Amino acid sequence: MTTLTKNHPARSDQRLARPGRIRRGGLRRYGDLKIALFFIAPAMIGFILFYVVPTIRGIYLSFTEYNILGDPEWVGLDNYAAIAKDPLFWNSLAVTGQYVLMNIALQTALALGLALLMDRVAKSTLVRGALLLPYLMSNVIAALLWFWMLDYQIGIVNQFIEWAGLPRVAFFGSEEWAIPTQAVINTWRHMGYTALLIFAGLQAIPQHLYEVAKLDGASPFQTFRKITMPLLRPVLVLVLVVTVIGSFQVFDTVAVTTQGGPVNATRVIQYYIYQRAFTESDFGYGSAIAVILFLILALVAFIQMKFLRGNESDLD
Amino acid sequence: MTTTSSASTPATARRRTFNARRAGAWALLALAIAVSVLPFLWVFRTALSTNGALATQSASLLPADFTVGAFMRVFGLQSPADAVAEGGSGAAIDFWLYLRNSIVFSSVTTAGAVFFSAMAAYAFARLRWKGRNAVFSLFLGTMLVPPIFTALPNFLLIKNLDLLNTMLGMVLPYVFMTPFAIFFLRQFFLNMSREVEEAAMLDGAKHLRIFFQIVLPNAAAPIATLALLTFIGQWNEYFWPLLVGSQDDVRVLQVGLGVFKSQSPQGAPDWSGLMAATLVSALPVLVLFAAFGKKIVNSIGFSGIK
Repeated sequence: MTTLTKNHPARSDQRLARPGRIRRGGLRRYGDLKIALFFIAPAMIGFILFYVVPTIRGIYLSFTEYNILGDPEWVGLDNYAAIAKDPLFWNSLAVTGQYVLMNIALQTALALGLALLMDRVAKSTLVRGALLLPYLMSNVIAALLWFWMLDYQIGIVNQFIEWAGLPRVAFFGSEEWAIPTQAVINTWRHMGYTALLIFAGLQAIPQHLYEVAKLDGASPFQTFRKITMPLLRPVLVLVLVVTVIGSFQVFDTVAVTTQGGPVNATRVIQYYIYQRAFTESDFGYGSAIAVILFLILALVAFIQMKFLRGNESDLD
Repeated sequence: MTTTSSASTPATARRRTFNARRAGAWALLALAIAVSVLPFLWVFRTALSTNGALATQSASLLPADFTVGAFMRVFGLQSPADAVAEGGSGAAIDFWLYLRNSIVFSSVTTAGAVFFSAMAAYAFARLRWKGRNAVFSLFLGTMLVPPIFTALPNFLLIKNLDLLNTMLGMVLPYVFMTPFAIFFLRQFFLNMSREVEEAAMLDGAKHLRIFFQIVLPNAAAPIATLALLTFIGQWNEYFWPLLVGSQDDVRVLQVGLGVFKSQSPQGAPDWSGLMAATLVSALPVLVLFAAFGKKIVNSIGFSGIK
């Protein structure tokens, strides 16, 4: 009895490696398909109905004129030709580009700094939680909160600006400030989240590399440039791809605060699509812009993966 | 003597610079935390002020002319006359209705998405079938499709089904699965030991029983985390509910907030009412965060990296 129980752990390990096990798993392969279909069926329904079909239908609609009443009418490339000559489209592209550049530069720099600070001085959940708080709020709440704090008349930020002896800023009301303001609001909401992603990447860097660098007398800056940055690159690329793709689709804050204005200063692509499709009931045109946005995002992801060599790490 | 002094001087010097650097780092971190957290205190302070006093004491740190009137207004407990007396615009928010809609929308989509995604993740992680990896890659690929792109045709589909402005229409696109949920749970299911499962199988247990009695209970922690993240995400969802649920009887809080804001004429927005409504709409997330903060924070690294 006693010997049996003693041997048990070792025996179970051997059992794992025994070929008989594998063969039995192999036999099961044929039996599993039916039950797999059962388990996957609900997700499959959602996947086909709300991802696959709409993707195909969206592409089809972009070649039609469709105002929701009647049937879609095939117009070939007309929508795309019209978009090429549409100053509002090019404006929305330019505005979105500005927004993405500002948002990403600010967000990545701040998040990287925060991640390094967390890694060095405070790994506590409380600190990370405090930084994550804005991310857990909705875009609508972030927008309203800053809409109030940045108010021209009685917003607290303009109070500070006045105390500093500077002229008040119409953050949402002036063409030059509207987009930077949107970029800062979304940076505020996302920087803690992005910092935590980078922080997770930092934690994965083997500690002994830093010890070796220290022994070799490397300065903190050298260590950062030669060890941290190269090893963090795959994580940074992933973070960049995700945040760039996300920021191209800015909508909520614009919809709640400036609604595309003043003039066209914040009419970002997604807001323009929304207006064409839903307020002007021009679904063909809206879909065509959505296809273009889709292509831009695919291209951005491809370029980032390619040039930043996201899949490789310098660890070996 | 010489050896000790030469050994101790660099050491103390290093410690001193280290401490200065550490203090600087803490100061920067404290600043970042202040920027993240203080706006919420400012919202709270505003919500407890009257609109009239906000205009005159715009920088006082304490509530200007303390009142809970704005919260009463949000909960529909204040008469329009009192609201106007406190400087409100008289615009109303049907808070309890929107709250109910938000709860229904978020919990139904979360329950459905987590459960059905767990089923699919089980098939992807624990069952062996031809084409498993190809189908999984396809599912993952949908994470790359921008939501606006599918939103237009999905809106048309819901309209064709005559489900605009119904809770069913709002819930359908989310309730069957989210690619992220499948991806998230598959990771955990892959790492489960096969031993218990095989023993159960030898006892004649079928997959359904294994799924319900072994896999789900063993993955309770990641499933809870996923449910938490999904619920918060759904609670904060704006675009789809705006498209499909724009009428009062299905309007969710996020959309209601936007409407409440735009009802305020540009001249005199009901700032305290708006901030009170904002705070109350954020309350469920704040409570969840207070209760499960650690779980949420620790799950963040996972989503992007591994």
